[in-house]
Amino acid sequence: MSCANIQVSETPLMLYALRRADDALILGHRLSEWCGHAPILEEDMALSNIALDLIGQARELYGYAAKSEGRDNDEDKLAYLRDVRQYRNLLLVEQPNGDFAHTMVRQFFYSAFADLYWREMMSSRDATLAAIAAKSEKESAYHLRHASEWIIRLGDGTDESHRRVQAAIDDLWAFTGEMFAVDDGERALIHAGVAIDPGTLRGRWLTTLSDVIDEATLSLPQNDWMQQGGRAGRHSEHLGHLLSELQSMQRTFPGLTW
Amino acid sequence: MTTPNTPLWEVFIRSRNGLAHKHVGSLHASDATMALQAARDIYTRRGEGLSIWVVPSTAITASDPAEKGMMFEPAESKIYRHPTFYEVPDEVGHM
Amino acid sequence: MYTQALNTAETDDRGLEDAAKAAQFQARIDAEERIEPNDWMPAAYRKTLTRQISQHAHSEIVGMLPEGNWITRAPTLRRKGALLAKVQDECGHGLYLYAAAETLGASREELVDAMLAGKAKYSSIFNYPTLTWADIGTIGWLVDGAAIMNQIPLCRCSYGPYARAMIRVCKEESFHQRQGYEIMVTLCRGSDEQKAMAQDALNRWWWPVLMMFGPPDAASQHSDASTRWKIKRFSNDELRQKFVDATVPQAQYLGLTIPDPGMVQDAEGHWRYSEIDWTEFKQVLAGNGPCNRDRMAARRKAHDEGAWVREAAAAYAAKRAQRQTAQAAE
Repeated sequence: MSCANIQVSETPLMLYALRRADDALILGHRLSEWCGHAPILEEDMALSNIALDLIGQARELYGYAAKSEGRDNDEDKLAYLRDVRQYRNLLLVEQPNGDFAHTMVRQFFYSAFADLYWREMMSSRDATLAAIAAKSEKESAYHLRHASEWIIRLGDGTDESHRRVQAAIDDLWAFTGEMFAVDDGERALIHAGVAIDPGTLRGRWLTTLSDVIDEATLSLPQNDWMQQGGRAGRHSEHLGHLLSELQSMQRTFPGLTW
Repeated sequence: MTTPNTPLWEVFIRSRNGLAHKHVGSLHASDATMALQAARDIYTRRGEGLSIWVVPSTAITASDPAEKGMMFEPAESKIYRHPTFYEVPDEVGHM
Repeated sequence: MYTQALNTAETDDRGLEDAAKAAQFQARIDAEERIEPNDWMPAAYRKTLTRQISQHAHSEIVGMLPEGNWITRAPTLRRKGALLAKVQDECGHGLYLYAAAETLGASREELVDAMLAGKAKYSSIFNYPTLTWADIGTIGWLVDGAAIMNQIPLCRCSYGPYARAMIRVCKEESFHQRQGYEIMVTLCRGSDEQKAMAQDALNRWWWPVLMMFGPPDAASQHSDASTRWKIKRFSNDELRQKFVDATVPQAQYLGLTIPDPGMVQDAEGHWRYSEIDWTEFKQVLAGNGPCNRDRMAARRKAHDEGAWVREAAAAYAAKRAQRQTAQAAE
């Protein structure tokens, strides 16, 4: 492996798998930053478990992306040798951990979507994606449950926790719209039955959110302006720093086996 | 400042169907729901379980080891409760 | 070892307690019976164990930090997952051990507060920095190797909950050392730069790892009670020698040189190591290791910044209990 960026041929199917792989890796990486620093030991365990599920999903999706690309890229080249402009993840997942409330709200927004998404993807006409979906759906369902329980406790806990979790909801809300967006390449895959239309999930996603948010005595923002760009490599400033850490070994010692 | 205590829970796991739940350890959680999730995250990472019980440690009433004699020794002499107490001729075979 | 600062069992105070009970207790220990939480036990036994088990727990938790330092920089996705799972295991081990200590009467919070206040110790080894990826391999290979050496006999410790926790820990830990050695094998089969990285890590970690087993037997006067109580079954020097003998061939296989030019194999096949610098050991235990301050700062920060989360969970639980009571009353 050289330390220069790899070239990627983003065919629609390859790009589709790559985007989901990037989501899983970046969110898994963020959660792994908590390991050793969580509010209680039990939560160190829980966050690490979620991170490990996501890193596992990323590896399968990168493997499939590389396979459908048909060049000599592999999971590690895709993860370690693309620059910020080549990363295709949602803006939501690259947002910094912030306090525990921000981490949990980010997880809640994402997992509420991922749970619905993977469940639908189980009937994808693409056998590999359907298999990845079957495994990921069970994982996402648990992530959603865990995050939901925390949102309820933080929202209906103390004044301070209520304030913090509401602030996190307000901060992260604008990054949720991107989950439901579709471009032309994806539209063709949806048409072919390989992908599903995420737009159809939005109603159910909102219901999941509202149930928890209501019980937590919190509220969703009225502001419906949504940030976009992650899927096309236009990221927040945070991703570059994450990648400089994630990729430091491969960039410093090009082409070695570890 | 001293940290307030989070309740302690005892965790019991059924490793596979047909077996009883077995005590595997304890954990700290603020309530039963979180205790169940923590038990899953801590005690079933290597596929050790199919079913989990969590019980507040304070809900367990234990026998007093000092009363071991009174509690358990009387049973030791009742050997007629065991099959080996009875003799059956070898010709009869397994019974 | 992870409880090396201890090696100082409480002096036996059986004179002050019911002599008959104490004799009965010792008879049970001598008969290899396990002591369980509600059993009568000498106050000194309880105190010694609480200290030893909680130090062991603190070591597992602080031990997450040096390796955690590399989770975000692991060089491949496979390594990243393995390292995260390993550091997570250490958290689990700390958790099992706190639970074992709690059966003796102290709460986890009290034990953690004592550590954060600097009143309780943890293993000196975690006060050294992880500078390169090879340090992750070396920690798995040597630090976990040394820990396993110490923990296997603890599976037969006289105190039931500690022994059971150690059995679980040993079972889970079997992958840790292999994970570390695999990293070392990969480095040593790699480029010159990678081999140099591996040798450098071994050079830095070798002596601190030998110190993990605690002061030499001649200098530790207080392990008599621990031995009599069958908490400790091998002396520091016995375990250290066992570790060195097991490790030398592993280093030879890797083509690495143990940084002890004076090391020789004796007639019985034991590798005799040179004098250990106990001044360094004492300094690190006293808080003057390269990372003592960083480690404590990281643990205090996690604890302080997590306080509002713990308070929220407790407040919610109280509210919910109140609502349930109110509902039941209707």
